[in-house]
Amino acid sequence: MERHRPWAEERACAILAEHQHLRGALLPMLHALQEEFGYIDDAALPLLAKTLNLSRAEIHGVVSFYHEFRRQRPGQHVLKVCRAEACQSMGAEALIAHIQDHLRIDFGHTSADGRFSLEAVYCLGNCALSPSLLLDDTLHGRVSPARFDALTAPLVQEAAE
Amino acid sequence: MSRPVVYIPRDAAALSVGADEVAAALSLEAERRGIDLHLVRNGSRGMLWLEPLVEVSTPAGRVAYGPVSAADVAELFDAGFLTGEPHPLGHGLTEEIWYLKHQERLTFARCGVIDPLSVEDYRAHGGFAGLERALTMSGAEICAEVTDSGLRGRGGAGFPTGIKWKTVHDAHADEKFICCNADEGDSGTFADRMIIEGDPFTLIEGMTIAALAVGARQGYVYLRSEYPHAADTLRAAIRLAYQQEWLGDGIHGTAHSFHLEVRIGAGAYICGEETSMLESLEGKRGLVRAKPPLPALEGLFGKPTVVNNVLSLCSVPVIMANGASAYRDFGVGRSRGTQPFQLAGNIKHGGIVEKAFGITLHDLIYRFGGGSASGRPIRAVQVGGPLGAYLPEDKFHLPKDYEAFAAQEAMVGHGGIVVFDDRVDMARMARFAMEFCAAESCGKCTPCRIGSTRGVEVLDRIIAGHNREANLALLDDLCQVMTDGSLCAMGGMTPMPVRSAIKHFPEDFHRPAHTQAAE
Ligand SMILES: Cc1cc2nc3c(=O)[nH]c(=O)nc-3n(C[C@H](O)[C@H](O)[C@H](O)COP(=O)(O)O)c2cc1C
Ligand code: SF4
Ligand code: FES
Repeated sequence: MERHRPWAEERACAILAEHQHLRGALLPMLHALQEEFGYIDDAALPLLAKTLNLSRAEIHGVVSFYHEFRRQRPGQHVLKVCRAEACQSMGAEALIAHIQDHLRIDFGHTSADGRFSLEAVYCLGNCALSPSLLLDDTLHGRVSPARFDALTAPLVQEAAE
Repeated sequence: MSRPVVYIPRDAAALSVGADEVAAALSLEAERRGIDLHLVRNGSRGMLWLEPLVEVSTPAGRVAYGPVSAADVAELFDAGFLTGEPHPLGHGLTEEIWYLKHQERLTFARCGVIDPLSVEDYRAHGGFAGLERALTMSGAEICAEVTDSGLRGRGGAGFPTGIKWKTVHDAHADEKFICCNADEGDSGTFADRMIIEGDPFTLIEGMTIAALAVGARQGYVYLRSEYPHAADTLRAAIRLAYQQEWLGDGIHGTAHSFHLEVRIGAGAYICGEETSMLESLEGKRGLVRAKPPLPALEGLFGKPTVVNNVLSLCSVPVIMANGASAYRDFGVGRSRGTQPFQLAGNIKHGGIVEKAFGITLHDLIYRFGGGSASGRPIRAVQVGGPLGAYLPEDKFHLPKDYEAFAAQEAMVGHGGIVVFDDRVDMARMARFAMEFCAAESCGKCTPCRIGSTRGVEVLDRIIAGHNREANLALLDDLCQVMTDGSLCAMGGMTPMPVRSAIKHFPEDFHRPAHTQAAE
């Protein structure tokens, strides 16, 4: 099952129109585009520029400033793993090594089979139940390597079917 | 027997260890046994090592069981948990649990107690009493009451909230704004998230009181994108508040209006800095602005703006409801009231401990926290977030007080305390502080943008054992340049964790070289 729709200019224009009344609308628009398509397509930049009466360079500057906005379509599932101090104190480094080894990808990349994208985040607000990660917007705490395998096993299976 | 009431949190931390599965198992098992259960999804009580924490209403009070897994549920029914019978997972009356009983919960009084999305429940527990009182007062009177309470900003800088409000109140403009800083980027902090998920009307009430105080009609909550669950709860609460006329035009039959919107951040730590946050709200890159002008005079869209942390705003309703002096009576010196401290990292009993200022780190870490989670000796704690100092055991006697911490080149910050056991390598933590600064710098000033990258390189050489003394001296110079030459605390305070690590844990910078660190 795909969580994101393929890029469609018409749909993008409708999304921008929905947010045009907001003051400081650029971030809400970018979030809405990413929610729909999973990333910010190159073709979105001129649309945004036109809608907001800004230059393409300005739009690009904003998109690239924020870690959250992706420029490439992500994998089916997005894993955001916490690298911050509290999670480090509970073995985040070992968990990360396990994940990278298991999925054979580095941060900022998508696995060859397109199943997982791995992203680094700094704190998920779950620092008393570290290490933590977000799997497609669902928070998981006390994630040991074994628990990670258990969490992702059904997803790997679903993809194989 | 009347319909049994069972509580199981909807807080993201509780969900992260299976609260939804437990809720489903409770419903299923009750159905199987023909019991009509009233399941309330409350916030978390903040005893996170006990999550998922299940509570049952009994005539004597709520009785707690935890940590409960779905597999325990049938057994709990067998043991008679619905009437509060004992079980190995039982902790007796929730309010009598040592951790909770010894707290002073003012800001977090309702968190975990009520259904976060029930206005009725909120009202029944004293909610909106502060706003009702504020509606009878002038803006200047509200500002004076908040100033009298001694409340200082909980976002890190500790600036008196009432004085900030008065500046905005006195400014003349056609438009003013209330911006709540819910960027909560510090590792080891989660109190903003927990109160938004557990008692969101408190934030709405606090922001509305701020709006009345300064004459603003529009507010924004800038919430970090890492908190999708909190965003859903807050948006739902705002919708309910509009429906019941606590937000919008003509608040509860008065002539006052206040509109509130949630805006989501985009993964930039620097957007927690208030002027960067304002830029981001305006739809721009989060470049830090030079001060002056103060945001209080020229803030969002150039208009007078109150920027306050979630906890500052959430402390206002109880101050307005009970009066300034009731709040000011807590605390020490110039640190008045309470702070929801957050015990995080390698700690046995992690969670929220709301206490009056003046409690020592030692009491927080050992009496409340129960020592390390691993059972190994605690070696270091980082207080006040990624820009805060690392402190060793011999500083644990320090009382939590803005001034006492500042005197030790440390800070209370947002109240986060991250615990590390004896396996921590402080040279690696110092390197991480520089790496974090390099990744999160807004790029406006050279000492921060370039200095942090140099800092990582120098620390790599130190860790690898190259020319240690010379490189340590170089690192110290670099820290000084960053401290003196940065526009904001990102570059200006990154040296704090680095220098405190070197000062208190020098042995870690003189270990035999790590081979893997030199890559
Ligand atoms: C790098 C940096 C990050 C910050 N992050 C936050 C944050 O996440 N939340 C917050 O409330 N304040 C943060 N602050 C402090 C804000 O700039 C500001 O002082 C605060 O929001 C004011 O509200 P208060 O007076 O209620 O504390 C940060 C400051 C700096 C320099
Ligand atoms: S110190 Fe760093 S984060 Fe702060 S303004 Fe300068 S470059 Fe930006
Ligand atoms: S440090 Fe990882 S969740 Fe906060």
